Amino acid sequence: MAFLDKHKKIETHATLLLVLSLLVVSIGGIVEIAPLFYLQNTIEKVEGVRPYTPLELAGRDIYIREGCYNCHSQMIRPMRDEVERYGHYSLAAESMYDHPFQWGSKRTGPDLARVGGKYSDAWHVDHLIDPQAVVPESVMPKYNFLSDAEIDGRYIADIMAVHRMVGVPYTDDDMANAKADFAAQADPNADSAGLEERYGKVVVSNFDGQPALTEMDALVAYLQVLGTMVDFSTFIPDPKR
Amino acid sequence: MCAKQVKPAAKDVPTTGHVWDGIQEYDNPMPRWWLWVLYLTILWGVAYTIAYPAWPLISGHTQGLIGSDQRADVAAEIQRFDDANAGIKAKLVAADLAAIPTQDELKTFAVSAGASVFKNNCAQCHGAGAAGVQGKGYPNLLDNDWLWGGDMAAIHATVTHGIRNSADEDARYSQMPAFGVDGILEKPQIAEVVQFVRRISGQDFDAALAASGVTVFADNCASCHGEAGKGDRTQGAPDLTDAIWLYGGDVATLTETVSKARFGVMPAWGDKLSEDEIRAVAVYVHSLGGGE
Repeated sequence: MAFLDKHKKIETHATLLLVLSLLVVSIGGIVEIAPLFYLQNTIEKVEGVRPYTPLELAGRDIYIREGCYNCHSQMIRPMRDEVERYGHYSLAAESMYDHPFQWGSKRTGPDLARVGGKYSDAWHVDHLIDPQAVVPESVMPKYNFLSDAEIDGRYIADIMAVHRMVGVPYTDDDMANAKADFAAQADPNADSAGLEERYGKVVVSNFDGQPALTEMDALVAYLQVLGTMVDFSTFIPDPKR
Repeated sequence: MCAKQVKPAAKDVPTTGHVWDGIQEYDNPMPRWWLWVLYLTILWGVAYTIAYPAWPLISGHTQGLIGSDQRADVAAEIQRFDDANAGIKAKLVAADLAAIPTQDELKTFAVSAGASVFKNNCAQCHGAGAAGVQGKGYPNLLDNDWLWGGDMAAIHATVTHGIRNSADEDARYSQMPAFGVDGILEKPQIAEVVQFVRRISGQDFDAALAASGVTVFADNCASCHGEAGKGDRTQGAPDLTDAIWLYGGDVATLTETVSKARFGVMPAWGDKLSEDEIRAVAVYVHSLGGGE
């Protein structure tokens, strides 16, 4: 069998085997991955999705640092039980400014893709400080130290620059005002007109209820924006995708 | 030893030609059943990509012969349940709010539907058993002590618009002044009024301080909490005489409450839940024991 003899040549030459294996694997990769970058129907246009504000972005980094994604997903799958419990199934565009995305793969706690606005700021603070105080059956660890960790947004413009590098459309104006916007979002008495002009719909609140700007403010600001950007009462996703 | 004697191989089976330490390997064909399973999985794979959406093309992807679509599937499944409940949901939405708890059919449906709405959306603050969180400001819904009213219309309005949130302009709103932080009352006056509140709530109190607290209360607190401290539901001012406390009735907590004030927030559910869900959860809460 001439064909099998040729195959024998591949099997007995390690380098040749390596090169050809790589070739075969790349074909699979190209067929699966490349179309996602050009196909119109995978990049659904969705109204309302905006980049995170500086404070939300800092909160997102705390979310990642604390490993929240280990127990909480941010991906509501198109199944009846999930949609009934968590709300409209997630759309790809809703995590288009997430680098990396926080879809997660394990739910020890509930999905958080649409947790924004579902509970009050005070509840989030009470719950993060001592989850069992408000939900006795919870197994979540305590994050009370977040209330003590003061932050000032010193590096937030640099972090935004990194996100811009990977495609988040932060403008020069956004970057120049990053530190001011960072503080303004957690201060209801501050002038937040600039912040709202740059980012659109933004929840401004003293999230943690104490005068200092802490990691708690940032994390709650992030949690309160999750899943709230798209208004599903006016936006109907294409039913055939 | 009872080991079966190894059957000598037929003479005509060739070897693979390898020899390691004198050990040779017969080149027997692979088992038929194994090969057929392999061929079947390959066939299955091809058929699958024809039946279901699979291959990317230039401007879209192959749709699959059986037209499977997750978005359409989930919409259809939800529709199926909505259709099954459409009749009774329409009745629930059309019914007179106050009369729902007296109608057995509607009440049975609303209480069980409301219980699942409650567990998903309300239990995080009010507790899985609706007993609230003592001392944290999350009200107990099992008792007959209501801040904003406990009849069907009041519960319905509270669920729909929430309390002190910024998302709904019809949210119930009132704000107690921070008597200490804003400098309205001096520390001794706060201590007096705290003892007065201890008195009207039937707890141990300092008689002298409580006596001078009468005027402090009348001047500063009575406009919302009432002359007798019985509270006012139109502005969510709690009854101070019933020994039921949102944040606590001990001296330290009362002093903190008077000094810094409280600002409990409940989200508005009007845009998150449908009218039938709001009505169902209102009936459920109404049925827990304190409904008026």
